[in-house]
Amino acid sequence: MIKKVFIVFVSILVIVWFLTPVVLIVLASLTPSEDYYNQNRILPRKLTLDHLYKLFVVLNGWRATLNSLQVAGMAIGLSFLTGLPAGYVLTRYVFPGKNAIRLSILLTRSFPTLIIAVPLIMIYLKLGISDTLFSVALAHTSFILPFVVLITTSILSGISVEYEEAGMIFGLSRFGAFMRITLPLALPGLAASAIFAFIMSWNEVFISSILTFVNRTLPAQILNTAMTSPDYFKFAAGTIMAIPAMTFIFFTRKYLMSMWGISLK
Amino acid sequence: MARVKIENLKKYFGNVKALNGIDIEIKDGKFVVLLGPSGCGKTTLLRCISGLEKVTDGKIFFDSVEVTNLSPRNRNVSMVFQSYAVWPHMKVYENIAYPMRIKGYDKDKIKEKVVWAADTLNISELLNRYPAQLSGGQRQRVAVARAIVLEPAVLLMDEPLSNLDALLRVSMRSELKKLQERIGTTTIYVTHDQVEAMTMGDEIAVMHNGVIQQFGTPEDIYHRPANIFVAGFIGSPQMNFLEVEVIRKDNVLFLRNEDLSIKLPKDLAEKIENDDNKKLILGIRPEDIHKEKDKESTEFEAIEGKVYFTERLGSDTIVHLDFKGIRIVSKLPGDVKIKEGENLKMYMDLGKVHLFSTVDGKALI
Repeated sequence: MIKKVFIVFVSILVIVWFLTPVVLIVLASLTPSEDYYNQNRILPRKLTLDHLYKLFVVLNGWRATLNSLQVAGMAIGLSFLTGLPAGYVLTRYVFPGKNAIRLSILLTRSFPTLIIAVPLIMIYLKLGISDTLFSVALAHTSFILPFVVLITTSILSGISVEYEEAGMIFGLSRFGAFMRITLPLALPGLAASAIFAFIMSWNEVFISSILTFVNRTLPAQILNTAMTSPDYFKFAAGTIMAIPAMTFIFFTRKYLMSMWGISLK
Repeated sequence: MARVKIENLKKYFGNVKALNGIDIEIKDGKFVVLLGPSGCGKTTLLRCISGLEKVTDGKIFFDSVEVTNLSPRNRNVSMVFQSYAVWPHMKVYENIAYPMRIKGYDKDKIKEKVVWAADTLNISELLNRYPAQLSGGQRQRVAVARAIVLEPAVLLMDEPLSNLDALLRVSMRSELKKLQERIGTTTIYVTHDQVEAMTMGDEIAVMHNGVIQQFGTPEDIYHRPANIFVAGFIGSPQMNFLEVEVIRKDNVLFLRNEDLSIKLPKDLAEKIENDDNKKLILGIRPEDIHKEKDKESTEFEAIEGKVYFTERLGSDTIVHLDFKGIRIVSKLPGDVKIKEGENLKMYMDLGKVHLFSTVDGKALI
């Protein structure tokens, strides 16, 4: 009995701990400015979508959102196009230096973004792709890719090579066996890691702010506009940032589990 | 259906010589078992035949067509995997139909064939299920159905029974064998289980260290082992081995060591005539050592020792005899009355003795 009460108590504590900021942010983003600055008031008398509307429409938030979606899409596409074959090779083949490659993939994450950002701008200027969404997507790919390689390695190693070999025996080429046997089996896990990659790109603010001026992604745009605006705009920005990520995670929780190999069956 | 011919096949993994010169010819329609301990190369050989493994050197022919460098899908082979490898994202029907779909068969033909294969393996009522809903034995039937449905030139099986429980394994043994006889497909079957090999194979290839030690019928392998490895690997309990020396005395050949002096029967003596003063290894199977002299045969050698240990298996009793420090194992009837610790005189049937060279282990008789 005491144990049960304790568990319930702790659960509530954890939920409150995580949800309070979220609730406060969303609430503040919906509070009219006169209520927000009224110190005698905690809860607003009425709710308004005004801040969200202004931020999203007037301050070009929708364009930044579209930019963010495009960047994330490109980054995911690029990192899977290169990361999936890399993961496949690391799982299915034995070759000299394999472990070294596995480890050094992680090493790329140990460079602070700050160090890469400035040389990156120089390179982009030379290539003539500075201030484009593609350039941001490339930069995002650089930190999503190692993650994708490692995750696909773990997902693919959870799928018996014999399924693929059976496919090859019964009439498929190696590529065909991968596409028609292994890929469908890996899909839940891959979808999960794609979502994770999406969130990594969606939340990335530093590189995006440095690399773009006109074509800003959502976090960069918010940093530029909302952060110099009244508080309730900042909260509105937070809400806009959080909602897509939370929606994604809500619908894909069980896939996120399979990404770590917990339930591949 | 096809004849399989392999010439001087080699497969190296780095410095490891998994296959070191395999020559074998498997006749059309035969059930051939590749038998050997773990790491002997039997699975590698099977994978080379399937095309899943690229060979380092040598040639493989199906009938007169060389397939050495063909990819698996162009060889017209099929395979039953140790893990069955039944595709988990397809229903049983799809699993069996998929090879034909890849090859572009029309729908009616596919259906007819799937129904036939499912019927043959008694899995007709499972066609609408996913593999996850099947037991191990059922999954295996699906794997076999998928393998026979295309009527392959060669059917390959990689320890297909090793994941089943003991009882099911015994019944599947006869079922697979009967199935192969019925469809008549040349079959190559890998196992480390000698009982499986003896009961299922028309012929057995015993492998060790990447080389085929002996290729022959189960009778040949058992009664006329080509070398000391085959003699020791086949048969349970293992054959007894004794080091002896060939001595000629008054024109009669004796096999001798410190504890034994066996006068060789004439027919045996003729075969090792020129091996005077050579060291040999004498091998005799446990069932050829008796408690009483067999009346029909006359050539016996008595050994006497203390019973060290007995294993009562019901139908048989395995007696471990301490013969002057050497452990001799004998297989006697189950109802034999022997106590541990007692002194026992036993008789080796000299007509059943095997002799092996100490140099290369090859059988002399």
